[in-house]
Amino acid sequence: MWLTHSLLTILIWLPVLGAVAVLMTGGDTNAKYARWIAGGVAFVNLALCIPLYLGFDVHTTAMQFPEKKLWITAYQIYYSLGVDGISLAMIILTNFTGFLVILAACEAIKVRIAQYMAAFLVMQGMMIGVFAATDAILFYVFWEGMLIPMYLSIGMWGSVNRSYASIKFFLYTFLGSILMLVALLYLYVQTGAFSIEGYYGLHLSRHIQELLFWAFFMAFAVKVPMWPVHTWLPDAHTEAPSGGSVVLAALMLKLGIYGFLRFSMPIAPLACQHLDWIMIILSLIAIVYIGLVAIVQTDMKKLIAYSSIAHMGFATLGCFMVYDIVKDTGNVHAAYLSLEGAVIQMISHAFGSGAMFLGIGMMADRYFNHSRLIKDYGGLAIRMPIFAAFFMLFAMSNVGLPGTAGFVGEFMVIMAAFQAHFGVALIASLTLILAASYSLWMYKRVFFGPVVSDHVAVMKDLTWLEITNYTLLAIGVMWLGLYPKPVLNLLQPTVSHILNVSLAGLGS
Amino acid sequence: MENHFVLLAVLIVVLPLLGSLVAGFLGKVIGRSATHCVTISLVGLSFLLSCYLFNAFVLNATPLIDTDLYTWAISGDFHFNVAFLIDRLSVTMATIVSFVSLMVHIYTIGYMAEDPGYQRFFSYVSLFTFAMLTLVFADNFLLLFFGWEGVGLVSYLLIGFWFNRESAVFGSLKAFLVNRIGDIGFMLAMAAIFTYSHDLNYKFVFAHVDLLLNKSIILFPGLSVSVITLTCVLLFIGAMGKSAQVPLHVWLPESMEGPTPISALIHAATMVTAGIYLVARMSPLFEYSQPALSLVLVIGATTCLFMGLLAVFHFDIKRVIAYSTLSQLGYMVVALGVSAYDAAIFHLITHAFFKALLFLAAGSVIIALHHEQDMRKMGGLAPFMPITYGTFLIGALALSAIPPFAGFYSKDIIIEAVKAAHLPGASYAYFCVMAGAFITPLYIFRALFMTFHGPKNTESSVSESPWVVLIPLIGLAIPSIVAGGMLIGPMLFAPHTLLGNSIFVLPEHNMLFNLGQHFEGAKIMALEAGRTLTFWLAMAGIVAAWFFNMEYPQFAESLKQRFSWLYNLMVKKYGFDDFNQLVIVHGTRRIGEFLYSISDLKIIDGIFVNGSGRFIQWFANVSRRMQTGYVYHYAFAMIGGVVVLLVWIYLGL
Repeated sequence: MWLTHSLLTILIWLPVLGAVAVLMTGGDTNAKYARWIAGGVAFVNLALCIPLYLGFDVHTTAMQFPEKKLWITAYQIYYSLGVDGISLAMIILTNFTGFLVILAACEAIKVRIAQYMAAFLVMQGMMIGVFAATDAILFYVFWEGMLIPMYLSIGMWGSVNRSYASIKFFLYTFLGSILMLVALLYLYVQTGAFSIEGYYGLHLSRHIQELLFWAFFMAFAVKVPMWPVHTWLPDAHTEAPSGGSVVLAALMLKLGIYGFLRFSMPIAPLACQHLDWIMIILSLIAIVYIGLVAIVQTDMKKLIAYSSIAHMGFATLGCFMVYDIVKDTGNVHAAYLSLEGAVIQMISHAFGSGAMFLGIGMMADRYFNHSRLIKDYGGLAIRMPIFAAFFMLFAMSNVGLPGTAGFVGEFMVIMAAFQAHFGVALIASLTLILAASYSLWMYKRVFFGPVVSDHVAVMKDLTWLEITNYTLLAIGVMWLGLYPKPVLNLLQPTVSHILNVSLAGLGS
Repeated sequence: MENHFVLLAVLIVVLPLLGSLVAGFLGKVIGRSATHCVTISLVGLSFLLSCYLFNAFVLNATPLIDTDLYTWAISGDFHFNVAFLIDRLSVTMATIVSFVSLMVHIYTIGYMAEDPGYQRFFSYVSLFTFAMLTLVFADNFLLLFFGWEGVGLVSYLLIGFWFNRESAVFGSLKAFLVNRIGDIGFMLAMAAIFTYSHDLNYKFVFAHVDLLLNKSIILFPGLSVSVITLTCVLLFIGAMGKSAQVPLHVWLPESMEGPTPISALIHAATMVTAGIYLVARMSPLFEYSQPALSLVLVIGATTCLFMGLLAVFHFDIKRVIAYSTLSQLGYMVVALGVSAYDAAIFHLITHAFFKALLFLAAGSVIIALHHEQDMRKMGGLAPFMPITYGTFLIGALALSAIPPFAGFYSKDIIIEAVKAAHLPGASYAYFCVMAGAFITPLYIFRALFMTFHGPKNTESSVSESPWVVLIPLIGLAIPSIVAGGMLIGPMLFAPHTLLGNSIFVLPEHNMLFNLGQHFEGAKIMALEAGRTLTFWLAMAGIVAAWFFNMEYPQFAESLKQRFSWLYNLMVKKYGFDDFNQLVIVHGTRRIGEFLYSISDLKIIDGIFVNGSGRFIQWFANVSRRMQTGYVYHYAFAMIGGVVVLLVWIYLGL
């Protein structure tokens, strides 16, 4: 019973404790212990998701597994946790991704392994905290807390240009979150507490809501990232170690969408409705403009980074189309479709892009100077057929092929967007060509054709550990593509709750 | 009883998938012969079960079954199901697909015998069969799209099967991207249907077609069109991609870079006809949009004539047949345009037999000549390869619509239907299909003469192909002869046609009904062919082919000299490829480069991000100068400040 009562706390702090233990193993001479401890902790955390999932009741919209303790009395700040459908899904995803990253690092990381493992364990704990926090200040603490290990991992294990990238990453995301803090303090003044749900349904004036909207926008749009505040991401990705890229793409970007869902839409519904055209246009720019930019990239990591931005465009589009859909059709079910599509897009993108970043890491680790440039490769399918087959699956998910995870969200968002505007659906559906162009053109140049050089000729196919890793991801991609219903069932009550709160805030 | 049919349909679809998985994952372990035994027996079983269903549903008129297999997703109150529709049309298609697939599987044993990717090839071909059968059995747009994209994926993988060849890899990427343009159309059509019908199930959409009628949608401010026309045009754009209609035809000739068995299976008999199947399946929608039908008619007619013309000018035997396929698909699309859906499916069936036959016979020649495809290096092969020659000839006669071969019936009916139609564009279409009737024998007999007759232009010794290659040739030659005469009556003119209520035609569009009034049986139709203009056009085509290639090649040469601009236009394939490469491919990359280097790097990063960094640096530099560290500087500043303050207070500002 103690397990159910403090499951979330365990999930958050076990990795952090694990990180301390890993650090205590000392230098690289004890790397073996560091690997085992880190792997063990990550595995236990993943296993703990099973009772979390089984104990979750999909029929209620209330926060579940609640924990609440007074933390700072003077300001009524609570250490309060809880999960709903979206955060549950994201927590499972975080633990899954965290486990894969630790597993991949066992082979890929050669220096300062204990510190590397510790950084990622702390990151994992902090991210679970972000998804589980129901107190605004606690949320903010975790939100900032996860930046530090990421910043360090880029700065320590990154490539040549790492210090520029890590500072750019930190400043961009930090400046954004400062404004969010201001917004949270304003809301504290209004309500006298920091409970996030307490901020819902305040019926603030539209002017105030718009100010709040922009403050949240600065924090979340940077994270997503939305055009034009996206340029930190390609740099951060290129410089980050491959584990860092995986966590960035699979999880951190989703925090932006999560923020829009948790804060902007329920707290500032009038502003969201009034300004949704801006969000729609920015989303479409992300899909088309960023898609075009992705085509001409020469660095594989940059290419996938840009493709991530384009895919996130679907998530933001799905979120902010709902107001127009309800206004134009009066059909709230079509709005659910749109919003669920956005959330599914978040989850599916985690599998596809995570797998691709992992794969680029595998390639670069085998290449003599760790190059990630497309032109250095060619004919890899001959040398690494198993890897090529896996990568084809993930590339197809990126393309959005039906039957893979990448299709589901795009399909739902396009179906929903058409209800309101033909033009929006048309522009969004250009991704069918753009995503195919950048993904498959890259695939062609890297994998097909004759073996281009002796450096490629000596590359070896995947190890068993890598195959295990990729098999898990492949199962995720296929399962979500062929049978998304269980995930949607999990999300349904929460998504409709958020939407109903937001729509109720519009008045009649 | 019903469950038993559903189970069979599921087996028909899943067995090839099983074969594909075995070949893909265990192929290297179990070896070559075990791989082909497993895949062939599973596809064979699939074919037998299809025949059983064909017997039950088509011949014995079992009513259609529409059944849910599982729910893919629920969102709001929308349910998306994976569900099968087992009716006359789907069962007919499944029988054709599994039959041709079986033939191609057997043929592959011979064709790919020396290829290191043997197991991978079988895995792909079986996977293709699975996707195509899913497409055929789908009862809703979403599952159809799954199969649709599945066949596209396998086509992509198979065109690029020899992935260390640059041309193959280029062709596969091109095929995928061009198809994706069509897919945008399909996706938006699906969205349009979903928006107005709130469901993607065929039966529901067709039964509630009034939800789409008499409504208009604002595409962009100031432009509104009728919903049904928009839906049909978008669906047809999807069909144009898969069925390679102008201007989305450019990928099909390129697809010939793949191994020949898949050219026969995917790029002639099955996948490329998915567009035809789609429009026929959607007949209850297309019937209500006359503008969409006219568009279908004109695009089909254009493809039919102008792609056929190109076949006359190529020397690669596979590309000649590929252009021929484009032209024949044009015929089918024309038939759809004049609401003769049954005739389109009829031609689809006969074409599947004789075109797969032509490809496989060409493949037999190609292996005999050690993968030589240039017809100028062939010639005089008939005595060395009698069975290949004989079957190729049967295919050529069927394609040229010479009675009593299969193609004669299906093509003649299409031409008659176009003649009787009075849709806008029908007279243009009639001209095109008539001209096509002359062009078709011209190019295919040119290929036949160049390959099998005249002097032998190759040094190497040539011998007939092994039996695994010949059996499929014979297996396909038989229906290429008899299928037309056997099927025309029951399929088109019987009181209860074979496809029955799978097809919906408005009474005022029902050309086939009128034609049926004059139909007196297949035998009479063949005997009376001499009275029709089309027959003599076809004969003229054969004679012309003989004249230009065998009798007076120098005459053709002089024509080429005189009309060199026209010849160049043909060799350049009307410039579609150059245009796409220059404008679309390069244009897209230029825009991408511009956005990346100017907008992202120079403006956003250069001016705003690093600019604000530089500004802070500059500001810090300037303000740093004030902190000089000399006491008298600070004292001076203090005095200055005090003076300013005093002045301010004194003046009472």
